[in-house]
Amino acid sequence: MNDFIASIGLEVHVQLKTRTKLFCAFPAHEEGDPNVAVCPVCLGLPGAMPVMNGEAIRQTVKTGLMIGSRIALRSTFDRKNYFYPDMPKNFQISQQAAPLCLGGAVEIDVGGQPKTIRVNHIHQEEDAAKITHLENSSEIDFNRASTPLMELVTEPDMASPDEAMAFLIALKEMLIYAGISDCNLELGQVRCDVNSSVRPAGTDLLGVKCEIKNMNTFKGIHRALTYELARQVEVLRSGGMLVQETRRWDDEAGVTLPMRSKEYAHDYRYFPEPDLPPVVLDAATVEAWRAELPELPAVKRARFIRDYGLPEYDVGVLTADQALAEFFEAAAQQSKNCKAVSNWVMGELLRALGEQGLGIADAKITPRALAALIALVDAKTINMPAAKEVFQVLFEKGGDPAAVVKEKGLAQVSDAGAIDGFAERAIAANEKVAAEFRGGKETALMFLVGQVMKLSRGKANPQLAAEALRRKLRG
Amino acid sequence: MAMRFSENADRMDVRYVAGLARIALSDAEAARLQGQLDDILAFVGELKKLDVSGVEVTDVATEAQNAWRADVPIAGLEREATLANAPLARHGQFVVPKVIE
Ligand SMILES: [Zn+2]
Repeated sequence: MNDFIASIGLEVHVQLKTRTKLFCAFPAHEEGDPNVAVCPVCLGLPGAMPVMNGEAIRQTVKTGLMIGSRIALRSTFDRKNYFYPDMPKNFQISQQAAPLCLGGAVEIDVGGQPKTIRVNHIHQEEDAAKITHLENSSEIDFNRASTPLMELVTEPDMASPDEAMAFLIALKEMLIYAGISDCNLELGQVRCDVNSSVRPAGTDLLGVKCEIKNMNTFKGIHRALTYELARQVEVLRSGGMLVQETRRWDDEAGVTLPMRSKEYAHDYRYFPEPDLPPVVLDAATVEAWRAELPELPAVKRARFIRDYGLPEYDVGVLTADQALAEFFEAAAQQSKNCKAVSNWVMGELLRALGEQGLGIADAKITPRALAALIALVDAKTINMPAAKEVFQVLFEKGGDPAAVVKEKGLAQVSDAGAIDGFAERAIAANEKVAAEFRGGKETALMFLVGQVMKLSRGKANPQLAAEALRRKLRG
Repeated sequence: MAMRFSENADRMDVRYVAGLARIALSDAEAARLQGQLDDILAFVGELKKLDVSGVEVTDVATEAQNAWRADVPIAGLEREATLANAPLARHGQFVVPKVIE
Protein backbone atom coordinates (compact mmCIF):
# COMPACT_ATOMS: atom_id res chain seq x y z
CA MET A 1 0.00 0.00 0.00
CA ASN A 2 2.96 2.35 0.66
CA ASP A 3 3.38 3.35 -2.97
CA PHE A 4 -0.35 4.17 -3.20
CA ILE A 5 -2.47 6.80 -1.47
CA ALA A 6 -6.09 6.07 -0.59
CA SER A 7 -8.88 8.66 -0.60
CA ILE A 8 -12.08 7.81 1.25
CA GLY A 9 -15.28 9.81 1.34
CA LEU A 10 -18.44 8.93 3.24
CA GLU A 11 -22.13 9.61 2.72
CA VAL A 12 -23.60 9.11 6.17
CA HIS A 13 -27.38 8.80 6.59
CA VAL A 14 -28.52 9.42 10.15
CA GLN A 15 -32.06 9.01 11.49
CA LEU A 16 -32.98 12.03 13.56
CA LYS A 17 -34.43 11.62 17.03
CA THR A 18 -37.84 13.16 16.44
CA ARG A 19 -41.15 11.92 17.75
CA THR A 20 -42.90 12.14 14.40
CA LYS A 21 -41.96 11.56 10.78
CA LEU A 22 -40.52 14.18 8.46
CA PHE A 23 -43.65 14.96 6.46
CA CYS A 24 -46.54 13.59 8.54
CA ALA A 25 -47.50 13.55 12.23
CA PHE A 26 -47.25 9.80 12.72
CA PRO A 27 -44.77 8.30 15.14
CA ALA A 28 -41.21 7.81 13.90
CA HIS A 29 -38.98 4.95 15.12
CA GLU A 30 -41.83 2.46 15.51
CA GLU A 31 -40.21 -0.88 16.32
CA GLY A 32 -43.36 -2.95 16.85
CA ASP A 33 -45.73 -4.55 14.35
CA PRO A 34 -45.35 -3.61 10.67
CA ASN A 35 -47.48 -0.91 9.07
CA VAL A 36 -48.97 0.48 12.28
CA ALA A 37 -47.43 3.96 12.11
CA VAL A 38 -48.44 4.98 8.62
CA CYS A 39 -50.77 7.40 6.87
CA PRO A 40 -51.60 8.45 3.31
CA VAL A 41 -48.57 10.76 3.17
CA CYS A 42 -45.89 8.19 4.00
CA LEU A 43 -47.73 5.54 1.97
CA GLY A 44 -47.44 7.86 -1.00
CA LEU A 45 -51.16 7.81 -1.76
CA PRO A 46 -52.21 10.18 -4.56
CA GLY A 47 -53.14 13.65 -3.37
CA ALA A 48 -51.58 13.33 0.09
CA MET A 49 -49.48 16.39 0.92
CA PRO A 50 -46.28 16.58 2.99
CA VAL A 51 -46.05 18.99 5.94
CA MET A 52 -42.60 19.74 7.32
CA ASN A 53 -41.59 18.68 10.83
CA GLY A 54 -39.82 21.78 12.19
CA GLU A 55 -37.94 19.70 14.77
CA ALA A 56 -36.08 17.82 12.01
CA ILE A 57 -34.91 21.13 10.53
CA ARG A 58 -33.74 22.27 13.96
CA GLN A 59 -31.71 19.07 14.51
CA THR A 60 -30.07 19.14 11.11
CA VAL A 61 -29.13 22.79 11.54
CA LYS A 62 -27.73 22.04 15.02
CA THR A 63 -25.56 19.31 13.50
CA GLY A 64 -24.27 21.83 10.97
CA LEU A 65 -23.53 24.29 13.77
CA MET A 66 -21.57 21.63 15.68
CA ILE A 67 -19.25 20.98 12.75
CA GLY A 68 -18.95 24.60 11.68
CA SER A 69 -21.13 24.50 8.55
CA ARG A 70 -22.50 27.60 6.94
CA ILE A 71 -26.28 27.47 7.52
CA ALA A 72 -28.32 28.28 4.45
CA LEU A 73 -30.84 30.94 5.40
CA ARG A 74 -32.99 29.77 2.51
CA SER A 75 -33.10 26.13 1.55
CA THR A 76 -35.39 24.14 -0.74
CA PHE A 77 -36.51 20.58 -1.36
CA ASP A 78 -36.28 18.49 -4.49
CA ARG A 79 -37.74 15.26 -5.81
CA LYS A 80 -35.23 12.50 -6.45
CA ASN A 81 -36.97 10.21 -8.91
CA TYR A 82 -36.54 6.46 -8.75
CA PHE A 83 -38.76 3.43 -9.04
CA TYR A 84 -38.55 0.87 -6.28
CA PRO A 85 -41.27 -0.52 -3.99
CA ASP A 86 -39.71 1.07 -0.88
CA MET A 87 -40.85 4.47 -2.22
CA PRO A 88 -44.27 4.05 -3.85
CA LYS A 89 -44.74 7.68 -4.85
CA ASN A 90 -41.70 7.06 -7.10
CA PHE A 91 -39.61 9.89 -5.71
CA GLN A 92 -37.82 10.64 -2.48
CA ILE A 93 -38.15 14.14 -1.10
CA SER A 94 -34.59 15.31 -0.58
CA GLN A 95 -32.45 18.40 -1.04
CA GLN A 96 -30.12 18.84 -3.97
CA ALA A 97 -29.96 22.42 -5.20
CA ALA A 98 -29.99 24.20 -1.83
CA PRO A 99 -29.22 22.00 1.21
CA LEU A 100 -29.53 23.24 4.80
CA CYS A 101 -25.85 23.09 5.77
CA LEU A 102 -22.81 23.80 3.61
CA GLY A 103 -19.22 22.95 4.47
CA GLY A 104 -17.89 22.19 7.92
CA ALA A 105 -15.35 19.77 9.34
CA VAL A 106 -14.85 17.06 11.93
CA GLU A 107 -11.57 16.69 13.83
CA ILE A 108 -10.26 13.18 14.25
CA ASP A 109 -7.23 11.66 15.93
CA VAL A 110 -5.69 8.39 14.81
CA GLY A 111 -2.69 7.19 16.81
CA GLY A 112 -1.96 10.68 18.12
CA GLN A 113 -2.17 12.20 14.62
CA PRO A 114 -4.84 14.92 14.54
CA LYS A 115 -6.53 15.48 11.19
CA THR A 116 -9.38 17.57 9.83
CA ILE A 117 -12.01 15.83 7.71
CA ARG A 118 -13.96 18.33 5.64
CA VAL A 119 -17.69 17.98 5.17
CA ASN A 120 -19.18 19.05 1.83
CA HIS A 121 -22.76 19.54 3.01
CA ILE A 122 -25.62 18.14 5.07
CA HIS A 123 -29.07 17.79 3.59
CA GLN A 124 -32.44 16.71 4.88
CA GLU A 125 -34.42 13.85 3.35
CA GLU A 126 -36.99 11.18 4.11
CA ASP A 127 -36.21 7.52 4.78
CA ALA A 128 -37.68 4.76 2.61
CA ALA A 129 -39.89 1.84 3.68
CA LYS A 130 -38.28 -1.38 4.84
CA ILE A 131 -38.25 -4.32 2.41
CA THR A 132 -37.82 -7.93 3.45
CA HIS A 133 -36.83 -10.18 0.58
CA LEU A 134 -38.36 -13.65 0.72
CA GLU A 135 -37.95 -16.66 -1.56
CA ASN A 136 -40.55 -15.65 -4.14
CA SER A 137 -41.75 -12.24 -3.03
CA SER A 138 -40.81 -9.15 -1.09
CA GLU A 139 -42.70 -7.74 1.92
CA ILE A 140 -42.89 -4.04 2.66
CA ASP A 141 -43.32 -2.28 6.01
CA PHE A 142 -43.96 1.47 5.86
CA ASN A 143 -43.31 2.26 9.53
CA ARG A 144 -39.87 3.58 8.57
CA ALA A 145 -41.11 5.46 5.50
CA SER A 146 -40.61 9.20 5.86
CA THR A 147 -38.57 8.94 9.07
CA PRO A 148 -36.38 12.06 9.09
CA LEU A 149 -32.86 11.47 7.81
CA MET A 150 -30.00 13.83 7.38
CA GLU A 151 -27.30 12.92 4.92
CA LEU A 152 -23.85 14.19 5.69
CA VAL A 153 -21.43 14.05 2.75
CA THR A 154 -17.71 14.33 3.41
CA GLU A 155 -14.88 15.31 1.11
CA PRO A 156 -12.54 12.40 0.21
CA ASP A 157 -10.21 13.37 3.07
CA MET A 158 -9.77 10.05 4.85
CA ALA A 159 -6.68 8.06 3.88
CA SER A 160 -7.25 4.76 5.69
CA PRO A 161 -9.99 2.55 7.11
CA ASP A 162 -8.83 3.66 10.58
CA GLU A 163 -9.45 7.30 9.69
CA ALA A 164 -12.91 6.47 8.32
CA MET A 165 -13.68 4.64 11.56
CA ALA A 166 -12.38 7.54 13.67
CA PHE A 167 -14.55 9.95 11.70
CA LEU A 168 -17.67 7.86 12.23
CA ILE A 169 -16.98 7.43 15.95
CA ALA A 170 -16.38 11.16 16.40
CA LEU A 171 -19.56 11.99 14.49
CA LYS A 172 -21.64 9.47 16.41
CA GLU A 173 -20.35 10.78 19.73
CA MET A 174 -21.31 14.36 18.82
CA LEU A 175 -24.77 13.40 17.61
CA ILE A 176 -25.51 11.41 20.77
CA TYR A 177 -24.18 14.25 22.95
CA ALA A 178 -26.43 16.80 21.30
CA GLY A 179 -29.48 14.50 21.39
CA ILE A 180 -29.75 14.60 17.60
CA SER A 181 -29.76 10.83 17.08
CA ASP A 182 -29.33 7.75 19.23
CA CYS A 183 -27.13 6.41 16.39
CA ASN A 184 -28.26 2.87 17.17
CA LEU A 185 -26.53 0.87 14.46
CA GLU A 186 -28.48 -2.31 15.16
CA LEU A 187 -31.70 -0.43 14.44
CA GLY A 188 -30.25 0.95 11.21
CA GLN A 189 -30.16 4.52 12.51
CA VAL A 190 -26.79 5.13 10.80
CA ARG A 191 -26.19 3.85 7.26
CA CYS A 192 -23.27 4.71 4.99
CA ASP A 193 -22.29 4.72 1.38
CA VAL A 194 -18.51 4.47 1.21
CA ASN A 195 -16.54 5.97 -1.68
CA SER A 196 -12.90 5.09 -2.18
CA SER A 197 -10.12 5.42 -4.70
CA VAL A 198 -6.36 4.91 -4.81
CA ARG A 199 -3.65 6.72 -6.72
CA PRO A 200 0.12 6.32 -6.99
CA ALA A 201 2.04 8.16 -4.27
CA GLY A 202 3.39 11.46 -5.50
CA THR A 203 0.44 12.16 -7.81
CA ASP A 204 -2.40 14.58 -7.13
CA LEU A 205 -5.26 13.48 -9.34
CA LEU A 206 -7.79 11.26 -7.54
CA GLY A 207 -8.05 7.70 -8.86
CA VAL A 208 -11.18 6.00 -10.20
CA LYS A 209 -13.90 5.96 -7.54
CA CYS A 210 -15.75 2.88 -6.34
CA GLU A 211 -18.80 3.17 -4.14
CA ILE A 212 -19.81 0.54 -1.60
CA LYS A 213 -23.52 0.92 -0.91
CA ASN A 214 -25.57 0.61 2.22
CA MET A 215 -23.14 -0.29 4.99
CA ASN A 216 -24.66 -0.40 8.47
CA THR A 217 -21.88 -1.32 10.88
CA PHE A 218 -18.64 0.55 11.56
CA LYS A 219 -16.74 -2.73 11.77
CA GLY A 220 -18.18 -3.77 8.40
CA ILE A 221 -17.07 -0.46 6.89
CA HIS A 222 -13.54 -0.97 8.21
CA ARG A 223 -13.36 -4.51 6.83
CA ALA A 224 -14.94 -3.57 3.50
CA LEU A 225 -12.53 -0.67 3.02
CA THR A 226 -9.51 -2.76 3.95
CA TYR A 227 -10.54 -5.28 1.31
CA GLU A 228 -11.56 -2.73 -1.30
CA LEU A 229 -8.40 -0.60 -1.14
CA ALA A 230 -6.21 -3.71 -1.43
CA ARG A 231 -8.31 -4.84 -4.39
CA GLN A 232 -7.91 -1.53 -6.18
CA VAL A 233 -4.15 -1.48 -5.61
CA GLU A 234 -3.89 -5.05 -6.86
CA VAL A 235 -5.75 -4.20 -10.08
CA LEU A 236 -3.44 -1.24 -10.75
CA ARG A 237 -0.27 -3.18 -9.86
CA SER A 238 -1.14 -5.96 -12.25
CA GLY A 239 -1.50 -3.41 -15.02
CA GLY A 240 -5.32 -3.43 -15.02
CA MET A 241 -7.79 -0.55 -15.24
CA LEU A 242 -10.37 0.35 -12.63
CA VAL A 243 -13.87 1.27 -13.73
CA GLN A 244 -16.13 3.58 -11.77
CA GLU A 245 -18.73 1.27 -10.28
CA THR A 246 -21.04 0.53 -7.41
CA ARG A 247 -20.20 -2.48 -5.30
CA ARG A 248 -21.69 -4.23 -2.33
CA TRP A 249 -20.01 -5.80 0.69
CA ASP A 250 -20.57 -9.52 1.24
CA ASP A 251 -19.90 -9.76 4.96
CA GLU A 252 -19.77 -13.55 5.10
CA ALA A 253 -17.36 -13.95 2.19
CA GLY A 254 -15.43 -10.84 3.24
CA VAL A 255 -15.33 -9.40 -0.29
CA THR A 256 -16.87 -6.52 -2.26
CA LEU A 257 -18.71 -7.47 -5.43
CA PRO A 258 -19.88 -5.34 -8.34
CA MET A 259 -23.63 -4.74 -8.30
CA ARG A 260 -25.51 -5.63 -11.45
CA SER A 261 -26.13 -2.44 -13.37
CA LYS A 262 -29.91 -2.93 -13.15
CA GLU A 263 -29.79 -2.86 -9.38
CA TYR A 264 -28.57 0.70 -9.22
CA ALA A 265 -29.55 2.10 -12.60
CA HIS A 266 -30.43 5.63 -11.66
CA ASP A 267 -30.89 8.86 -13.39
CA TYR A 268 -32.65 10.70 -10.66
CA ARG A 269 -33.69 13.74 -12.67
CA TYR A 270 -34.09 15.91 -9.63
CA PHE A 271 -36.63 18.68 -9.86
CA PRO A 272 -38.01 21.15 -7.30
CA GLU A 273 -40.62 19.75 -4.89
CA PRO A 274 -43.70 21.88 -5.52
CA ASP A 275 -45.57 20.81 -2.36
CA LEU A 276 -43.06 22.12 0.18
CA PRO A 277 -42.38 25.83 0.58
CA PRO A 278 -38.76 26.85 1.13
CA VAL A 279 -37.24 26.79 4.61
CA VAL A 280 -36.28 30.34 5.50
CA LEU A 281 -34.26 30.90 8.67
CA ASP A 282 -33.23 34.13 10.33
CA ALA A 283 -29.96 34.64 12.13
CA ALA A 284 -31.70 34.94 15.52
CA THR A 285 -33.30 31.49 15.19
CA VAL A 286 -29.99 29.95 14.17
CA GLU A 287 -28.24 31.61 17.12
CA ALA A 288 -30.92 30.37 19.52
CA TRP A 289 -30.34 26.83 18.25
CA ARG A 290 -26.59 27.28 18.60
CA ALA A 291 -27.12 28.21 22.25
CA GLU A 292 -28.79 24.82 22.83
CA LEU A 293 -25.67 22.88 21.81
CA PRO A 294 -23.87 20.99 24.56
CA GLU A 295 -20.14 21.20 25.15
CA LEU A 296 -18.64 18.96 22.48
CA PRO A 297 -16.83 15.76 23.53
CA ALA A 298 -13.37 16.89 22.38
CA VAL A 299 -13.72 20.21 24.22
CA LYS A 300 -14.93 18.43 27.34
CA ARG A 301 -11.98 16.03 27.26
CA ALA A 302 -9.48 18.87 27.08
CA ARG A 303 -11.23 20.65 29.95
CA PHE A 304 -11.32 17.55 32.18
CA ILE A 305 -7.57 17.07 31.74
CA ARG A 306 -6.95 20.73 32.54
CA ASP A 307 -9.46 21.26 35.38
CA TYR A 308 -9.31 17.93 37.20
CA GLY A 309 -5.75 16.85 36.42
CA LEU A 310 -6.90 13.46 35.18
CA PRO A 311 -4.94 11.11 32.93
CA GLU A 312 -6.10 10.85 29.32
CA TYR A 313 -7.36 7.32 29.84
CA ASP A 314 -9.73 8.38 32.65
CA VAL A 315 -11.01 11.29 30.60
CA GLY A 316 -11.75 9.01 27.66
CA VAL A 317 -13.85 6.70 29.82
CA LEU A 318 -15.63 9.48 31.70
CA THR A 319 -16.62 11.50 28.63
CA ALA A 320 -17.73 8.57 26.47
CA ASP A 321 -21.19 9.09 27.92
CA GLN A 322 -22.50 12.56 28.59
CA ALA A 323 -24.53 11.57 31.64
CA LEU A 324 -21.53 9.81 33.14
CA ALA A 325 -19.38 12.89 32.53
CA GLU A 326 -22.00 15.03 34.26
CA PHE A 327 -22.11 12.67 37.23
CA PHE A 328 -18.33 12.72 37.54
CA GLU A 329 -18.19 16.46 37.31
CA ALA A 330 -20.90 17.02 39.92
CA ALA A 331 -19.08 14.67 42.34
CA ALA A 332 -15.63 16.09 41.59
CA GLN A 333 -16.81 19.62 42.34
CA GLN A 334 -17.81 18.51 45.84
CA SER A 335 -14.67 16.49 46.48
CA LYS A 336 -11.06 17.28 47.34
CA ASN A 337 -9.91 14.12 45.60
CA CYS A 338 -10.82 14.20 41.89
CA LYS A 339 -8.69 11.19 40.97
CA ALA A 340 -10.53 9.11 43.59
CA VAL A 341 -13.86 10.27 42.17
CA SER A 342 -12.68 9.19 38.72
CA ASN A 343 -11.55 5.80 40.08
CA TRP A 344 -14.90 5.21 41.78
CA VAL A 345 -16.91 6.23 38.72
CA MET A 346 -14.80 4.15 36.30
CA GLY A 347 -14.56 1.24 38.74
CA GLU A 348 -17.42 0.56 41.13
CA LEU A 349 -20.07 2.69 39.45
CA LEU A 350 -19.56 1.36 35.91
CA ARG A 351 -19.24 -2.19 37.27
CA ALA A 352 -22.51 -1.92 39.20
CA LEU A 353 -24.31 -0.35 36.22
CA GLY A 354 -22.93 -2.96 33.85
CA GLU A 355 -23.88 -5.89 36.09
CA GLN A 356 -27.48 -4.81 36.17
CA GLY A 357 -27.64 -3.42 32.66
CA LEU A 358 -28.56 0.03 33.98
CA GLY A 359 -27.87 3.54 32.82
CA ILE A 360 -26.47 6.25 35.05
CA ALA A 361 -29.96 7.72 35.42
CA ASP A 362 -31.06 4.52 37.20
CA ALA A 363 -28.36 4.69 39.90
CA LYS A 364 -29.69 5.81 43.29
CA ILE A 365 -26.34 7.13 44.47
CA THR A 366 -25.98 10.90 44.08
CA PRO A 367 -22.75 12.67 43.12
CA ARG A 368 -22.85 14.34 46.55
CA ALA A 369 -23.04 10.95 48.31
CA LEU A 370 -20.09 9.61 46.30
CA ALA A 371 -18.02 12.66 47.23
CA ALA A 372 -18.97 12.18 50.91
CA LEU A 373 -18.07 8.48 50.75
CA ILE A 374 -14.62 9.32 49.35
CA ALA A 375 -14.16 11.87 52.15
CA LEU A 376 -14.89 9.13 54.73
CA VAL A 377 -12.21 6.92 53.15
CA ASP A 378 -9.70 9.77 52.99
CA ALA A 379 -10.35 10.60 56.66
CA LYS A 380 -9.73 6.91 57.45
CA THR A 381 -13.18 6.68 59.04
CA ILE A 382 -13.78 3.57 56.91
CA ASN A 383 -11.46 1.30 55.00
CA MET A 384 -11.76 0.31 51.35
CA PRO A 385 -13.70 -2.96 51.76
CA ALA A 386 -16.20 -1.17 54.03
CA ALA A 387 -16.44 1.70 51.53
CA LYS A 388 -17.34 -0.73 48.76
CA GLU A 389 -20.06 -2.20 50.96
CA VAL A 390 -21.44 1.28 51.63
CA PHE A 391 -21.26 2.08 47.92
CA GLN A 392 -23.39 -0.94 47.10
CA VAL A 393 -26.08 0.22 49.54
CA LEU A 394 -25.98 3.77 48.16
CA PHE A 395 -26.13 2.44 44.60
CA GLU A 396 -29.22 0.36 45.27
CA LYS A 397 -31.09 2.45 47.82
CA GLY A 398 -29.51 5.87 47.88
CA GLY A 399 -28.99 7.74 51.15
CA ASP A 400 -26.19 9.33 53.11
CA PRO A 401 -22.90 7.42 53.44
CA ALA A 402 -22.28 8.46 57.07
CA ALA A 403 -25.71 7.09 58.03
CA VAL A 404 -25.02 3.81 56.24
CA VAL A 405 -21.64 3.49 57.98
CA LYS A 406 -23.34 4.00 61.33
CA GLU A 407 -26.25 1.69 60.62
CA LYS A 408 -23.99 -1.16 59.47
CA GLY A 409 -21.35 -0.51 62.11
CA LEU A 410 -18.64 -0.20 59.51
CA ALA A 411 -16.62 2.60 61.05
CA GLN A 412 -12.98 1.70 61.12
CA VAL A 413 -11.55 0.83 64.50
CA SER A 414 -8.65 3.20 65.09
CA ASP A 415 -8.75 2.92 68.85
CA ALA A 416 -5.25 1.85 69.94
CA GLY A 417 -6.45 -0.30 72.80
CA ALA A 418 -8.87 -2.29 70.67
CA ILE A 419 -6.33 -2.81 67.89
CA ASP A 420 -3.66 -3.90 70.43
CA GLY A 421 -6.12 -6.48 71.68
CA PHE A 422 -6.77 -7.86 68.18
CA ALA A 423 -2.99 -7.90 67.49
CA GLU A 424 -2.26 -9.88 70.66
CA ARG A 425 -4.95 -12.43 69.82
CA ALA A 426 -3.66 -12.76 66.24
CA ILE A 427 -0.09 -13.40 67.43
CA ALA A 428 -1.21 -15.86 70.08
CA ALA A 429 -3.25 -17.87 67.59
CA ASN A 430 -0.45 -17.93 64.97
CA GLU A 431 2.79 -18.49 66.90
CA LYS A 432 4.50 -20.13 63.94
CA VAL A 433 3.90 -17.20 61.58
CA ALA A 434 4.92 -14.78 64.31
CA ALA A 435 8.21 -16.67 64.69
CA GLU A 436 8.80 -16.48 60.95
CA PHE A 437 8.39 -12.72 61.04
CA ARG A 438 10.80 -12.47 63.93
CA GLY A 439 13.21 -14.61 61.88
CA GLY A 440 13.16 -11.90 59.16
CA LYS A 441 10.30 -13.01 56.88
CA GLU A 442 8.71 -9.58 56.29
CA THR A 443 5.76 -10.96 54.29
CA ALA A 444 4.55 -12.92 57.31
CA LEU A 445 3.27 -9.61 58.67
CA MET A 446 0.66 -9.37 55.94
CA PHE A 447 -0.86 -12.65 57.07
CA LEU A 448 -1.11 -11.38 60.62
CA VAL A 449 -2.67 -8.08 59.47
CA GLY A 450 -5.23 -10.21 57.66
CA GLN A 451 -5.95 -12.05 60.90
CA VAL A 452 -6.48 -8.76 62.74
CA MET A 453 -8.91 -7.64 60.01
CA LYS A 454 -10.74 -10.93 60.37
CA LEU A 455 -10.98 -10.64 64.15
CA SER A 456 -12.24 -7.06 63.83
CA ARG A 457 -14.74 -8.16 61.18
CA GLY A 458 -13.03 -5.91 58.65
CA LYS A 459 -13.19 -2.77 60.70
CA ALA A 460 -9.62 -2.37 61.93
CA ASN A 461 -7.54 0.32 60.34
CA PRO A 462 -4.98 -1.86 58.49
CA GLN A 463 -2.10 0.63 58.89
CA LEU A 464 -2.63 0.88 62.62
CA ALA A 465 -2.94 -2.92 62.81
CA ALA A 466 0.42 -3.35 61.05
CA GLU A 467 2.05 -0.84 63.40
CA ALA A 468 0.63 -2.58 66.49
CA LEU A 469 1.80 -5.99 65.27
CA ARG A 470 5.34 -4.72 64.58
CA ARG A 471 5.52 -3.15 68.03
CA LYS A 472 4.41 -6.35 69.74
CA LEU A 473 6.54 -8.75 67.64
CA ARG A 474 9.71 -6.69 68.16
CA GLY A 475 8.97 -5.97 71.79
CA MET B 1 -24.28 3.79 -14.71
CA ALA B 2 -23.33 6.77 -16.76
CA MET B 3 -26.17 9.14 -17.47
CA ARG B 4 -27.06 8.38 -21.05
CA PHE B 5 -28.93 11.57 -21.67
CA SER B 6 -28.08 14.79 -20.00
CA GLU B 7 -30.86 17.08 -18.85
CA ASN B 8 -29.96 19.40 -21.71
CA ALA B 9 -30.02 16.79 -24.46
CA ASP B 10 -32.21 17.66 -27.40
CA ARG B 11 -33.40 14.12 -27.80
CA MET B 12 -34.49 11.56 -25.23
CA ASP B 13 -34.81 7.82 -25.88
CA VAL B 14 -38.32 6.83 -24.86
CA ARG B 15 -37.27 3.23 -24.20
CA TYR B 16 -34.61 4.43 -21.78
CA VAL B 17 -37.08 6.60 -19.88
CA ALA B 18 -39.65 3.79 -19.88
CA GLY B 19 -36.99 1.46 -18.49
CA LEU B 20 -36.31 3.84 -15.61
CA ALA B 21 -40.03 3.89 -14.85
CA ARG B 22 -40.29 0.09 -15.21
CA ILE B 23 -42.84 0.43 -18.01
CA ALA B 24 -42.90 -2.15 -20.83
CA LEU B 25 -43.65 -0.68 -24.26
CA SER B 26 -44.57 -2.47 -27.46
CA ASP B 27 -42.72 -1.38 -30.62
CA ALA B 28 -45.83 0.48 -31.82
CA GLU B 29 -46.22 2.29 -28.47
CA ALA B 30 -42.54 3.18 -28.37
CA ALA B 31 -42.70 4.66 -31.88
CA ARG B 32 -45.84 6.70 -31.10
CA LEU B 33 -44.53 7.96 -27.73
CA GLN B 34 -41.08 8.76 -29.15
CA GLY B 35 -42.78 11.11 -31.60
CA GLN B 36 -44.75 12.80 -28.81
CA LEU B 37 -41.66 13.08 -26.60
CA ASP B 38 -39.72 14.66 -29.47
CA ASP B 39 -42.51 17.20 -29.94
CA ILE B 40 -42.52 18.10 -26.25
CA LEU B 41 -38.76 18.56 -26.18
CA ALA B 42 -38.91 20.63 -29.34
CA PHE B 43 -41.39 22.92 -27.60
CA VAL B 44 -39.13 23.19 -24.57
CA GLY B 45 -36.33 23.98 -27.01
CA GLU B 46 -38.40 26.94 -28.25
CA LEU B 47 -38.72 28.22 -24.67
CA LYS B 48 -34.98 27.93 -24.21
CA LYS B 49 -34.46 30.49 -26.98
CA LEU B 50 -36.11 33.20 -24.89
CA ASP B 51 -33.85 35.73 -23.20
CA VAL B 52 -34.53 35.37 -19.48
CA SER B 53 -31.30 36.94 -18.25
CA GLY B 54 -33.26 39.69 -16.45
CA VAL B 55 -35.79 37.33 -14.82
CA GLU B 56 -35.32 36.06 -11.29
CA VAL B 57 -35.24 32.28 -10.95
CA THR B 58 -38.49 30.90 -9.53
CA ASP B 59 -38.13 27.56 -7.81
CA VAL B 60 -41.45 27.54 -5.99
CA ALA B 61 -44.90 28.55 -7.03
CA THR B 62 -46.18 29.86 -3.69
CA GLU B 63 -45.34 32.81 -1.51
CA ALA B 64 -45.52 30.61 1.58
CA GLN B 65 -42.45 29.69 3.60
CA ASN B 66 -41.79 27.61 6.69
CA ALA B 67 -45.16 25.83 6.78
CA TRP B 68 -44.00 23.75 9.72
CA ARG B 69 -45.75 21.35 12.03
CA ALA B 70 -45.02 20.74 15.73
CA ASP B 71 -43.35 17.41 16.50
CA VAL B 72 -46.41 15.89 18.19
CA PRO B 73 -47.58 12.42 17.15
CA ILE B 74 -51.16 11.40 16.38
CA ALA B 75 -52.55 7.90 15.91
CA GLY B 76 -51.99 6.29 12.50
CA LEU B 77 -54.36 4.49 10.18
CA GLU B 78 -55.81 1.14 11.22
CA ARG B 79 -53.66 -1.48 9.59
CA GLU B 80 -56.67 -3.05 7.90
CA ALA B 81 -57.39 0.25 6.19
CA THR B 82 -53.73 0.63 5.26
CA LEU B 83 -53.61 -2.76 3.59
CA ALA B 84 -57.09 -2.58 2.06
CA ASN B 85 -55.78 -1.25 -1.25
CA ALA B 86 -52.87 -3.66 -1.46
CA PRO B 87 -53.13 -6.18 -4.32
CA LEU B 88 -51.59 -8.67 -1.90
CA ALA B 89 -50.88 -8.52 1.83
CA ARG B 90 -49.37 -11.02 4.27
CA HIS B 91 -48.06 -10.83 7.87
CA GLY B 92 -49.39 -7.27 8.05
CA GLN B 93 -47.13 -6.28 5.16
CA PHE B 94 -47.56 -5.31 1.55
CA VAL B 95 -46.43 -8.12 -0.75
CA VAL B 96 -44.86 -7.37 -4.12
CA PRO B 97 -43.15 -9.58 -6.70
CA LYS B 98 -39.61 -10.29 -5.55
CA VAL B 99 -37.30 -7.37 -6.22
CA ILE B 100 -33.60 -8.15 -6.60
CA GLU B 101 -31.44 -6.95 -3.73
ZN1 LIG C 1 -47.41 9.17 7.46
